Amino acid sequence: IAGSHGSVFECDMQWCFSQVKGAIDDDVAEADIISTVEFNHTGELLATGDKGGRVVIFQQEIENKNQPQFRSEYNVYSTFQSHEPEFDYLKSLEIEEKINKIRWLPQKNAAQFLLSTNDKTIKLWKISERDKRPEGYNLKEEDGRYKDPNTITGLRVPVLIPMDLMVEASPRRVFANAHTYHINSISVNSDDETYLSADDLRINLWNLEITDRSFNIVDIKPANMEELTEVITAAEFHPLQCNTFVYSSSKGTIRLCDMRASALCDKHSKLFEEPEDPSNRSFFSEIISSISDVKFSHNGRYMMTRDYLSVKIWDLNMENRPVETYQVHEYLRSKLCSLYENDCIFDKFECCWNGDDSVVMTGSYNNFFRMFDRGQRRDMTLEASRENSKPMQVLKPRKVCAGGKRKKDEISVDSLDFNKKILHTAWHPQDNIIAVATTNNLYIFQDKVN
Amino acid sequence: MSATTAMEVNAEARRILAVSISKLYASRTQRGGLRLHRSLLLSMVMRSARDIYHSSRECEELCGAPPTSEEAMETGPVEQTVQLPEPLTEPRQPAASAVEPPSEEPDSGDEGSDGELAEDKENMSPTRQSRKRRGKAAAAPDFLPSKRARLEPGEERHAALPTSCRAGAGESLAALSLNRVIPAF
Repeated sequence: IAGSHGSVFECDMQWCFSQVKGAIDDDVAEADIISTVEFNHTGELLATGDKGGRVVIFQQEIENKNQPQFRSEYNVYSTFQSHEPEFDYLKSLEIEEKINKIRWLPQKNAAQFLLSTNDKTIKLWKISERDKRPEGYNLKEEDGRYKDPNTITGLRVPVLIPMDLMVEASPRRVFANAHTYHINSISVNSDDETYLSADDLRINLWNLEITDRSFNIVDIKPANMEELTEVITAAEFHPLQCNTFVYSSSKGTIRLCDMRASALCDKHSKLFEEPEDPSNRSFFSEIISSISDVKFSHNGRYMMTRDYLSVKIWDLNMENRPVETYQVHEYLRSKLCSLYENDCIFDKFECCWNGDDSVVMTGSYNNFFRMFDRGQRRDMTLEASRENSKPMQVLKPRKVCAGGKRKKDEISVDSLDFNKKILHTAWHPQDNIIAVATTNNLYIFQDKVN
Repeated sequence: MSATTAMEVNAEARRILAVSISKLYASRTQRGGLRLHRSLLLSMVMRSARDIYHSSRECEELCGAPPTSEEAMETGPVEQTVQLPEPLTEPRQPAASAVEPPSEEPDSGDEGSDGELAEDKENMSPTRQSRKRRGKAAAAPDFLPSKRARLEPGEERHAALPTSCRAGAGESLAALSLNRVIPAF
């Protein structure tokens, strides 16, 4: 199997369409809007959450795993309702069932575990397989009705017989009532015992086994709410150091905290911030500098942040500026006023690393998504669309014409469809297979095998 | 900054303020309740817009005294205010063309929102609007014909005006540097 060693841009490596999941209907039901996408640690399972509170898990076809060109076939493995709408009677507020984030736990036994969260409540789900059932009860018929005791003449031991595979999802823990504000992130610690959850102003530390209490480790709520100037936008544990986590803010800063330093990590160990370019100052500077996602690299040496127009890679040892900056859609800088009016400027794009941290990916508008090869300093724009969805069809790189004369095959900025946005993308941890979520469809692409 | 540029800035700031207020009100009825992050960002934009609105009005006031020959033009349709001579529009054109047509709406559209704006300012508790009125700005609402210079298309601006504007504006203009305002639009 081709690993994700080296760059996807070497040897003219290309991306092919593999599958698309979801309704073909142009009329999108709000509940079907995909709100999160996440591969598990082996990449065998791919989970999506939607606005309707449902989780759908896809499983990689094992039979095809050894055939390179078919290894990205994923089929539905389990579907369940994770969260329901709730009502907070005290505040007269409805709590949305939308799944904000899903995070997988590393597998320890036959069952799989994941954490899913909406705005207020985190749940631990156990997903297990059942492929045998008991038969030959003494007191019950096959259909479960109790036998008339007078008809029982013998005694036998029930046996387990094979059955069609059934995948069951059951909620094992419910972590509730710990967040006043809206949860934006959850992150499982490398210690396999704890995880954090972050809302706009606070970050809580949980033990996976204990649901009735959590520790507050970050609190940026000012004494007087009118003095509020920034909120927490994302948080993540370091992949290797169980004492370290980072959180990003709406002001474009990232704080790295060490839980060994003190119980309350209000004082950061490191503060990552790039001075603003004064020539780019505008009404909307604050909005576009707000960080929408932060992700550590797999090796734990770097972290990546996404703000409205760019992706930045930070070296954990350098706080005063990022080591790399990639422009996702700089042509939107002159359109910020319109994007403010149509609300697009508030869109929260996520970003992800490939398995060996050589390439990063993020989404854009018009169902475009972007890849940046860090080593080769090259970038690519691809499109997830039904038009390009013949099996194994190679995706053609797209180009946006920012101004001046539009070349053939280029698309002009004014023709972009801002309703078609790719906010969530995920990269298989070990292979060149990617999952890209449009509004209500999940596209799976793999690299072309020659 | 010229008085006419200040007027455009003023109109744009007002429009952004109006858009922001409607977003803030709309977010109250959203499922899931008020989102703190979004409300914070909205209030920041409103604060910037309000500051620029007040500053540009101050500048208008200070640059306001037109030569008498130009007063005859003031009753012309407001659309003409956006047809500035080339040198002044140059830095603004890329941004202006990118912004949708509503920025060039006649004042009659702004009239309603201006009235609303005055009321809404009282109610905008999240942003704690400053109630400080700066001189004549309070007395003369924008949507009425004013004694401010307006240009016919192709009219050259009097060379002395920008200078006198800068000299007279003092603190508020210095605070409102051009390279901050112009890219905003």
